[in-house]
Amino acid sequence: MTTQDSYASATDTTEGRVYSVTGGDWDSLVTEIGQTKEERVVVNMGPQHPSTHGVLRLVLELEGETITEARAGIGYLHTGIEKNTEYRTWTQGVTFVTRMDYLAPIFNETAYCLTLEKLLGITNDIPERASEIRVLMMELNRISSHMVALGTGALELGALSPMIFAFREREKVLDVFEMISGLRMNMAYVRPGGVAQDLPKGAIAKIRETVKELRHNFKDNEKLLVGNTIWMKRTQGIGYLDLAGCTTLGITGPVLRSTGMPWDLRKTEPYCGYENYEFDVITTDTCDVYGRFLIRMQELEQSLRIIEQACDKLEKSEGQPVMVADKKIAWPSQLSVGSDGMGNSLDHIREIMGTSMESLIHHFKLVTEGFRVPAGQAYVAIESPRGETGVHLVSDGGTRPYRVHFREPSFNNLQATSAMAEGGMIADVIGAVASIDPVMGGVDR
Amino acid sequence: MSENNGMFGASGSGDTSGFGGLARSAANFGSSERPYGSYFDEVTDELERAYPEFNSAIEKVVIDRGELTLHVKREKLFDTAMKLRDTQSLRFEVCLGVSGVHYPEDKNRELHAVYPLLSMTHNRRIRLEVSVPDSDPHLPSLVEVWAGNNWHERETWDMFGIIFDGHPGLTRILMPDDWPGHPQRKDYPLGGIPIEYKGATIPAPSERRSYR
Repeated sequence: MTTQDSYASATDTTEGRVYSVTGGDWDSLVTEIGQTKEERVVVNMGPQHPSTHGVLRLVLELEGETITEARAGIGYLHTGIEKNTEYRTWTQGVTFVTRMDYLAPIFNETAYCLTLEKLLGITNDIPERASEIRVLMMELNRISSHMVALGTGALELGALSPMIFAFREREKVLDVFEMISGLRMNMAYVRPGGVAQDLPKGAIAKIRETVKELRHNFKDNEKLLVGNTIWMKRTQGIGYLDLAGCTTLGITGPVLRSTGMPWDLRKTEPYCGYENYEFDVITTDTCDVYGRFLIRMQELEQSLRIIEQACDKLEKSEGQPVMVADKKIAWPSQLSVGSDGMGNSLDHIREIMGTSMESLIHHFKLVTEGFRVPAGQAYVAIESPRGETGVHLVSDGGTRPYRVHFREPSFNNLQATSAMAEGGMIADVIGAVASIDPVMGGVDR
Repeated sequence: MSENNGMFGASGSGDTSGFGGLARSAANFGSSERPYGSYFDEVTDELERAYPEFNSAIEKVVIDRGELTLHVKREKLFDTAMKLRDTQSLRFEVCLGVSGVHYPEDKNRELHAVYPLLSMTHNRRIRLEVSVPDSDPHLPSLVEVWAGNNWHERETWDMFGIIFDGHPGLTRILMPDDWPGHPQRKDYPLGGIPIEYKGATIPAPSERRSYR
């Protein structure tokens, strides 16, 4: 009946005759498939690296160009971060969790530290200046993350220029990160009890300059995309998910706000002093890709507003501590940013090696042993660029976490792929997934 | 719950610190006393009113660090979840997933599943905790209550081996389909190899001498 084709073998399954096509002679394949009555095509989109989202595999069942079933296959970037943190001290955990959602490292660190501080019972002892710096860094990070979402989202739909502009802006934000923490990504800058070090001299001036530039430059992408007929045709009414769908699927962030629900943890459960900042929660009521795009565009301006207010506060709190006063928790090492990144400050080295034996003992004990955290569990959630990043920490009273679990918004929100894509066209699945803005490092952890 | 001996994580290496004889056990929380404070009294009262079997379903109520944890019997988990979602005065319409925790020393309650719940209507958060024995790791699936629990339950099956009965497709999600074992259980080794550096050998992270 058929000729054997090594690239397109046919097998009989309970579902009927299945042809696996991986290449080979198209003509003989078409002839062979033409003999069957049913025409159901299953396409594997991936596993691959579609621009910067990470490795994702979509299994799509098609009827013509219409998707009848969509399933996402994940796990390609699983690195076992949660398990690994159980074998390191609480402080070392920061360095691990920052690598989960690599586009929002500051959010991972802050969520982890806030939960740890809750376990330690020192939430109210965190210096105000430390919280102000955290807010500043988080909002800068929100901009850089949204820039990737917008840039790659547009790129995936075939618009190349927005990507160039978006990454140009992102680069400016990363320059600020580099100036403050010594690193552009995965900084481990937010630490239990505060932040690793105070802002360097001239940081505020540089941030104010950057804010001005960003506010001006954001217009480039706005002009390109907002109201653009092609862009709107590719995004309006696509990837529809309403409020009921969002709540049952546990969807948060811009996708939830695109249903008209003004749910933003910075407003509903303020942390890090967000109640002292003025900003608006952006919503649209279109439940589609275009609405989510507009939300991200407008959240950029809100983040700039918060950054400006944080700068004002930081100018007033100049010289105040950025680490909790309790020396049994505060990281002993004083760091400074040198030409080759962040490292130990020479003053601190001189003190522990040359002048104070007690300082050396203290440093050694805290760095090798770490601090103990009273037994119990805590859950703290913050508003990351993608939605609710929740951290569940369990301590057995030791120097290392008993269990670290990240409730990653990317992981949860990616479940909506099926709901958004099924019944739509194959070309629209790309836009739908891009509007979720999943970062696979966060999905797979 | 768990008991640790001495100060160091690894055993067999020479401990000259004198701490080897110390035994320290982590606290196992008992039930909290009323009044619970905050909105916790109201939530438990409302649940008690809406759910006649409250007393047999809820093993204990723990208030710790400003968070409410309801320890639920697994037979009653589904009903409790339904009541929490549908009762007007409770309305926990969002479940933020499942986090498994493995306590090998907690006999016949080795595997715990922790469900953080959120009520957007009332802006409240509570937590459900269920425990199952390792020998019979079955829990009712809550995908029917909160569809978003689908992947979270698959992850908990993958990482801890808790079987969620009634789940629409309980397969591995992060690990390969043919992977043996459940990596985040405490009896599953971290792995890693010793690294030689300048003549000295640094053991794998799980083998290093470390403080408890």
